[in-house]
Amino acid sequence: MLEHLIPVLAGTLAAATPLIFAGLGELVAERTGVINLGVEGMMLIGAVAGFAAAAHSGSGALAGLPAGAIGGAMAALIFAVLSLSMAANQAACGLALTIFGIGLSAFIGQHYVSYSLPGLPPLDIPGLSEIPVLGPVLFHQDAVTYLGLLSFAGVWWVLKRTRLGLILKAVGEAPDAAHAIGYPVIAIRYAATLFGGAMAGIGGAYLSTVYTPLWVQNMVAGRGWIAVALVVFAAWNPTRLLLGAWLFGGVTILQFHAQGLGIALPVQLLAALPYLATVVVLVLISRDKRLLQLNLPASLGKPWMP
Amino acid sequence: MSTSPPPFSGPPRDTARLELSGITKRYPSVVANDGIHLKVAPGEIHAVLGENGAGKSTLMKIIYGAVQADAGQIQWNGREVVIANPAEARRLGIGMVFQHFSLFETLTVVENIALALDEPFDLKGLAERVSEVSQRYGLPLDPQRLVHSLSVGERQRVEIVRCLLQAPQLLILDEPTSVLTPPAVQKLFETLRRLSSEGVSILYISHKLHEIQSLCHSATVMRGGKVTGTATPSQETPASLARMMIGRELPVCAVPAFAGEATPVLSVRGLSHTPDDPFGTALKDIALEVRRGEILGIAGISGNGQAELLAALSGETTGPASTVSLAGTPVGHLDAGRRRKQGLAFVPEERLGRGAVPPMSLADNATLSAHGQGLVKHGLLRPKAAWAFAKTCIERFDVRCGGPGAAARSLSGGNLQKFIVGREIMQKPIAMVVAQPTWGVDVGAAAFLRQTLIDLSREGVAILVISEELEELFEICDRIAVLAEGRLSDAVPKAQTNAEKIGMQMSGLFADAHATDREPDHAAA
Amino acid sequence: MPLLEARPTPSTSMRLLAPLIAIGLTLAVGSLLFLSLGKSPVEAFGVFFIQPLSSGNGWSELMVKAGPLILIAQGLAIGFRARIYNIGAEGQLIMGALAGGGVAIAFDGVDAWWVLPLMVIAGAIGGALWGAIPALLRTRFNAQETLTTLMLAYVATFALSYMVNGPWRDPEGMNFPQSILFGDPALFTPWFEGMRVNASLLIAAFASLAFWFFTSRSFLAYQLTVGGLAPAAARYAGFSADRTVWLSLVLSGLTAGLAGVGEVAGPVGQLNLNISPGYGFAAIIVAYLGRLNAIGIVLAGLLMALLYLGGEAAQVALQLPAAITGLFQGMLLFFLLGADVFVDYRLKPRPKPAYA
Repeated sequence: MLEHLIPVLAGTLAAATPLIFAGLGELVAERTGVINLGVEGMMLIGAVAGFAAAAHSGSGALAGLPAGAIGGAMAALIFAVLSLSMAANQAACGLALTIFGIGLSAFIGQHYVSYSLPGLPPLDIPGLSEIPVLGPVLFHQDAVTYLGLLSFAGVWWVLKRTRLGLILKAVGEAPDAAHAIGYPVIAIRYAATLFGGAMAGIGGAYLSTVYTPLWVQNMVAGRGWIAVALVVFAAWNPTRLLLGAWLFGGVTILQFHAQGLGIALPVQLLAALPYLATVVVLVLISRDKRLLQLNLPASLGKPWMP
Repeated sequence: MSTSPPPFSGPPRDTARLELSGITKRYPSVVANDGIHLKVAPGEIHAVLGENGAGKSTLMKIIYGAVQADAGQIQWNGREVVIANPAEARRLGIGMVFQHFSLFETLTVVENIALALDEPFDLKGLAERVSEVSQRYGLPLDPQRLVHSLSVGERQRVEIVRCLLQAPQLLILDEPTSVLTPPAVQKLFETLRRLSSEGVSILYISHKLHEIQSLCHSATVMRGGKVTGTATPSQETPASLARMMIGRELPVCAVPAFAGEATPVLSVRGLSHTPDDPFGTALKDIALEVRRGEILGIAGISGNGQAELLAALSGETTGPASTVSLAGTPVGHLDAGRRRKQGLAFVPEERLGRGAVPPMSLADNATLSAHGQGLVKHGLLRPKAAWAFAKTCIERFDVRCGGPGAAARSLSGGNLQKFIVGREIMQKPIAMVVAQPTWGVDVGAAAFLRQTLIDLSREGVAILVISEELEELFEICDRIAVLAEGRLSDAVPKAQTNAEKIGMQMSGLFADAHATDREPDHAAA
Repeated sequence: MPLLEARPTPSTSMRLLAPLIAIGLTLAVGSLLFLSLGKSPVEAFGVFFIQPLSSGNGWSELMVKAGPLILIAQGLAIGFRARIYNIGAEGQLIMGALAGGGVAIAFDGVDAWWVLPLMVIAGAIGGALWGAIPALLRTRFNAQETLTTLMLAYVATFALSYMVNGPWRDPEGMNFPQSILFGDPALFTPWFEGMRVNASLLIAAFASLAFWFFTSRSFLAYQLTVGGLAPAAARYAGFSADRTVWLSLVLSGLTAGLAGVGEVAGPVGQLNLNISPGYGFAAIIVAYLGRLNAIGIVLAGLLMALLYLGGEAAQVALQLPAAITGLFQGMLLFFLLGADVFVDYRLKPRPKPAYA
């Protein structure tokens, strides 16, 4: 059993990585009161930008991830101009961004259909990767997966321990009050939205240059939406987000290991599991209205102008 | 409240702390400030007096750097300055206590304060200083408590302490007493007098004449964006100050006696409710009765269960049938629409977004609650009927607007309130619940609204008014009860009580009944 | 310094102009795109918007594509008025197609007039039920319908994949993921020889009329609109929020389900993995572009259908990727949302020079 479980657990960490990046970015944006439903679109744009950069530069993920971050941030910028500077409906703008992202990535990506990249080899952490079970699961991963965990630590530290974290929360809680005591609400929301876009872009670029280094149209396959759902599931708490991402990573990876684990279910049902799990998890968390209301950034999704 | 301010030996204590000259600020539809001159000496408590819309708040925002003037100069301690933003103002030594607090509910007291200070981030050290300053000025505060668990009065203390930590030379308070109980007002005044004696100048924005008379050394009166005069409040009478403020005599309501039979119409029994909202207040065993021909007033500071009681009365939250009854029929289980059919009318505190749909026309807004008046037939809208209804309402209740086609959000607060009140009255209710009838409304419209309510009650309608303005309640109500911490006191005829007694009850110190299980709480202090 | 200020009253003319402005801007950016690809914009737009309509068959195809788009958008618009965001119409379309297709497969070989009506009813119910799930989750458990409708759309595609790979796979289909070809009793008869336009268009036309009447005259639609503009006002008036959610999601599920049957009993003629080229998502744009107004949606649906046809034509004539349609759709929606801001806001006049 264990020999089947180790690749499942190791694969879980990798499968969770795009969700961690995109989820953390969306979490930070939502903390400041901006709900961006365009994560799927930003991930796709990041994925195609990353893939193109990786393919043309020949340096793989090293060029792909920064290009993905830039692509995602540019996509977020369109959203920010419309929803922040012009106070357009955030939900509709996010949807538009997703539709646009699907179109743009397919348009650019068709040059790269069936083009494949080298990917990234796993990086063994010296010493630690020798530990039985834990070693191959935790310390035999690609570099971006470690980077994802570092990002989590960074976001956690900023939100919980720093003045910047306090400011982000304050802006999401009461933009009028933040404005009254002199914080540039719109600029802060812009920054958080662009951060969210860059993180989603990295998540997308990870998918296209490392996880499955092959261009497939619409390859993000709903992970952006799952990331949005994860933020709700996490009740805007980064630690819960990390746990949620691992949970979903596990559910996603299950279909590839079902046979080894002796699970005999139709492959379509296994493939649908992450989406079904999202619905179930949303239902479970949303029932607790008090928990959500205590943590929900009070101005989430509400247009604000000075 | 009759103590007059201690003698003030200013202004010729060298230069003025703050001097404004020719400050002008124009908005698309209105000139908010028109050539304002104002001078405050060190240690002076200076009132800025004016009714809603006179331009006081805009002027204060200009001084605090939150809004930029189109023209004019600001002199600070004899030097001309440009205050580009609030951080700049704080650096100069200007602190501001906002009317609608600039606090963050889910952060702690000390986190809130840290956000407004331009200094290295050290919550631990700051917490100690908060405790120290709050004790020194008699403003007790626990730095680690979450703001949403504080009473309104405590929140104001957070704002004041936040200013004091920056050692201000000028403190601006915008309508600070609108959220305070009378005893808390007295405590605030003590703090302010002490600050004044330490040389801090205070700009005190208010429309409450007696407060200004008891606290302030001097006053600048504003009307329609202009300065209409300056005065020494202790040498004026409320009537003379009012004349300066509104340009004519303060209107007085006529309160005739009710001739009919005062049978109970709206009654509440054993109403307890814990809201879903974690920041809400639970209602505890509320009982009241409103009779034909009377106005029952409920005094108290918002946040003591007002929103929850209103929702329970209107039907936005429902409960056991027996808790609310209307003309003897239990309606506690019915939703807002069904209660309206039984003759209950309701005027909410939030006009735009609750009482009216902001971008919709007045005609469409008539349909919102008056659809039972023939504005809908067989499930279909009747736009002509709605138009006619809105037109009648506009004429009958003197609503100044662009006609039934005008969007609700284009109306001033007072005119929209007249429309909403009119819309409810035209449905011929047997009982009406009104929340904050004259909040943010100019004096003329307020007088009209109050008289309208009195006249309606004398036609035999039972009216319940919830208001933060004690003076208003004493003017229009027949009986008054107090809502504090989710409990309601027994209603007392107006003649048998006074502002002081009501003020004590607002602090939660009920003389009777349920005093036993009360915690020695910080509520509403 | 903000550049915009609120208008006292929303601008009616801007509400009508916004889609035209958005179309104009999309064409302008599209021209730049064509130029950068080395194509003449004039020629490209000729291929996109004129060529598809130069034959009778072109008009027939326009109707074949506009029908489902309009039908779905009419349903979605009801919910969007109330700010209930059903973005999983694609899934409801698939479930409608599965339900209707199931009837066709079950009664294969039965030559009776009632097969097709039964399919239509089954499709409507299938779509409505798939829309009812998020409604239940929202009203009962407070789960956001935006996410649940979309997740269920993914689930629906896997359900379709399972059925055409498993129980309903055509035994003589050489293992392709598809069902048997439906018999004539289970198909809408084409109106013209050699063209695909058929009676299912009447469903879209009838739905448009019904929704026009419903939204312009009924008190129920008024309540939905109030719920979207000011939820607190809807509570104050005593309008049921749960009813709004149910009505929005079930109605839009129903119309999407009908559109699904229209596809499998029409141009597609069987169940397979390509029953919809993303109609469920494109209909979101159609609904907004049509101002959530029944008549506007008809016009917007025709335009969007033309965009699909133009994309196909451009692929053949200009060797442009078909994905360009999606790109245009996204741009159109962005520009529309941007232009829509000016319904409620206007540019702030520059401050006059200060006099001192």
